[in-house]
Amino acid sequence: MVVQTPNGFTLDNSGQRVVVDPVTRIEGHMRCEVNVDENNMITNAVSTGTMWRGLEVILKGRDPRDAWAFTERICGVCTGTHALTSVRAVEDALGITIPDNANSIRNIMQLNLQIHDHIVHFYHLHALDWVNPVNALRADPKATSELQQMVSPSHPLSSPGYFRDIQNRLKQFVESGQLGIFKNGYWDNPAYKLPPEADLMATTHYLEALDLQKDVAKIHTIFGGKNPHPNWLVGGVPCPINVHSTGAVGAINMTTLNHVSSIIDQCITFVKNVYLPDLVAIGGIYKDWLYGGGLSGQSVMAYGDIPEHANDFSAGQLHLPRGAIVNGNLNEVQDVDVRDPEQIQEFVDHSWYDYGQPGKGLHPWDGVTEPNYELGANAKGSRTNIEEIDEAAKYSWIKAPRWKGNAMEVGPLARYIIGYASGHEDIKTQVEGLLRTMDLPVSALFSTLGRTAARALEAEYCTRLQKHFFDKLVANIKAGDSSTANVAKWDPSTWPKEAQGVGMTEAPRGALGHWIKVKDGRIENYQCVVPTTWNGSPRDTAGNIGAFEAALMNTKVERPEEPVEILRTLHSFDPCLACSTHVMSPDGEELTTVKVR
Amino acid sequence: MAKALVLGIGNVLWADEGFGVRCVEALAGTRSFSGDVTLLDGGTQGLYLLHFLEDADILVVFDAVDYGLEPGAMKVVEGDEVPRFLGAKKMSLHQTGFQDVIATAHLMGYCPDELLLVGCQPEELEDYGGGLRAVVADRIPEALDIACDWLAERGFPSVEGHTAAADLADASIRMDAYESGRPSEDAACRIGDERFLPRLEG
Repeated sequence: MVVQTPNGFTLDNSGQRVVVDPVTRIEGHMRCEVNVDENNMITNAVSTGTMWRGLEVILKGRDPRDAWAFTERICGVCTGTHALTSVRAVEDALGITIPDNANSIRNIMQLNLQIHDHIVHFYHLHALDWVNPVNALRADPKATSELQQMVSPSHPLSSPGYFRDIQNRLKQFVESGQLGIFKNGYWDNPAYKLPPEADLMATTHYLEALDLQKDVAKIHTIFGGKNPHPNWLVGGVPCPINVHSTGAVGAINMTTLNHVSSIIDQCITFVKNVYLPDLVAIGGIYKDWLYGGGLSGQSVMAYGDIPEHANDFSAGQLHLPRGAIVNGNLNEVQDVDVRDPEQIQEFVDHSWYDYGQPGKGLHPWDGVTEPNYELGANAKGSRTNIEEIDEAAKYSWIKAPRWKGNAMEVGPLARYIIGYASGHEDIKTQVEGLLRTMDLPVSALFSTLGRTAARALEAEYCTRLQKHFFDKLVANIKAGDSSTANVAKWDPSTWPKEAQGVGMTEAPRGALGHWIKVKDGRIENYQCVVPTTWNGSPRDTAGNIGAFEAALMNTKVERPEEPVEILRTLHSFDPCLACSTHVMSPDGEELTTVKVR
Repeated sequence: MAKALVLGIGNVLWADEGFGVRCVEALAGTRSFSGDVTLLDGGTQGLYLLHFLEDADILVVFDAVDYGLEPGAMKVVEGDEVPRFLGAKKMSLHQTGFQDVIATAHLMGYCPDELLLVGCQPEELEDYGGGLRAVVADRIPEALDIACDWLAERGFPSVEGHTAAADLADASIRMDAYESGRPSEDAACRIGDERFLPRLEG
């Protein structure tokens, strides 16, 4: 059957069906099904969230001041960003302002998470879609050394001996037969195009990035008291500042600040000397692979984040931009109002929930999470073992959020398109510089590689912002301000009987919002609309497909049983950490297991 | 001086997936160790736990593992067997995260010298918002004994008491607070595709 979607895609589900399941197993399970035509071109894509995640139910009746600790566990990876969103939502509801130092510290933590997550994504989750570590064993270390010096003359780790050592380490590891992290790749698939030397260089940086990421996370330990799962506080941050004595345990002092400063410098150096040069070198070899644009060329949205001043979320004061672009009109960046009941609405006509009437959209403050699990008439398999989804009916545990009725892509590429279109100086300079270096037109941004490139540029921008807020924090402390929390409204007796609020952040994966209603000191309703809700959204009432679905369309899959192309595009959205993907044949028999990285 | 790391992994929001984390909490609340022992709630952080392994000479992991046994059955695995067992299909619920961490630590040359996995077969895996089932919760004392004996043999004896552990869950989601505030069986949804909301037979 051929269907034309309102957002401009022609869907044809008549060809062979390929099921990729699960795509990710940590933030919430995902499955994807596509149809391919006789030329192995994807003609239909279906993205299904396969797990009920009723956080709303868990939080009902809890103390709003504790909500961050629960939301921190939603995602396996970016714990802190949910916690930050949560405390912002509670502060918004109760009218609590935070001190300047708390704003700087929260920004440093949030930026640190962006940098950390982007690096880990590029090297440890996404790289293996492009880089072949087995091929690296065939590289000539001397030629690799020359390549390294050409790609990044200022990176000190570039001698032939260094690459020979790494190659030997890899060889031993592969020969020991327990190479968990590199096994199950499609290493002889023709989609891999790097010469062995580039593979060795990139695999070496995989290891260097592992070393770096250990240190990077220590910023969360310092400011959050512990990591993983750092502590957060409604009204500020939980770490006291005490620069003059060794008094309170865990207090921020000159020693810890110096440690933070050295980590910030390490991030700046790594991104400049390794991450960006690798992006250009690897991306240059794949620059003709311009699949995966999906919604990015037409509908993108960001809430914005990283406020320069405490408690000021106006668009002009945010370092990561806010806005929405629809219909591909880059000349008009519209403002996003997360409180407006007409702007953000969630639909459930194709989701396993029930609103009592079809076609209805609900703003998150009025969100309802009433499960209604039923399969369509054309689904194959059983209720407890679906072999093939019927996307004409309900088919996902993810709701379909829409902005003014539009399906939107969120994430680093969305932020960068919005920043570019609205003339954000830093972003525009970066994007134009990269396109010039790679000799690519602006349209190349709207692709899987564009998503990967935007993430790298954003990591670089975030390293500079992190330094900015560190300097600001130190200057403020030197000026005598050591306040980190406002506890004037800590006691529930100071709260209104009823209140509602919203917290927004830009998580590494995209726009994240928590909407809360408080009644009699307890949580009355809590709704999270996470980046994956936007990107992994199913169809809506009108039939608009979501961002994952759109991005997979019209991509050629060389070998449907080895869908490395599907993984490339889904991974470019940065789904969650270390996950195992099963690729099934149309009859539901498991064919292959691959690592999702 | 030798260092021991005791790690609980899993997601406390998913019923018996919380077994590992609850074990570490219980350990901190009931035992006091001699020597350098770190107790850590690792959540589902996967690769981000790597640096904790670098600092450790010996490692104990508590986790919910699916060996297809009776609910509540314990499975204890040591040494080189740990990654192999973690690597087998559907044996540990967090295999893809944690088996990679161990493999990566090997690749980097700093995997702890000795490993112990204390696993428990879950009854209910994915009751989102649920707590530990009784049959699993009842095995926590036994799991702690196994770990404490193993640690004592390696120079980390313990006595009844408490261990200060900054790296545990926030008080609001520790076991008692979490359990007393969680939704009823009816409110928690447990329907769907068996592969994603799996239940054991019978």
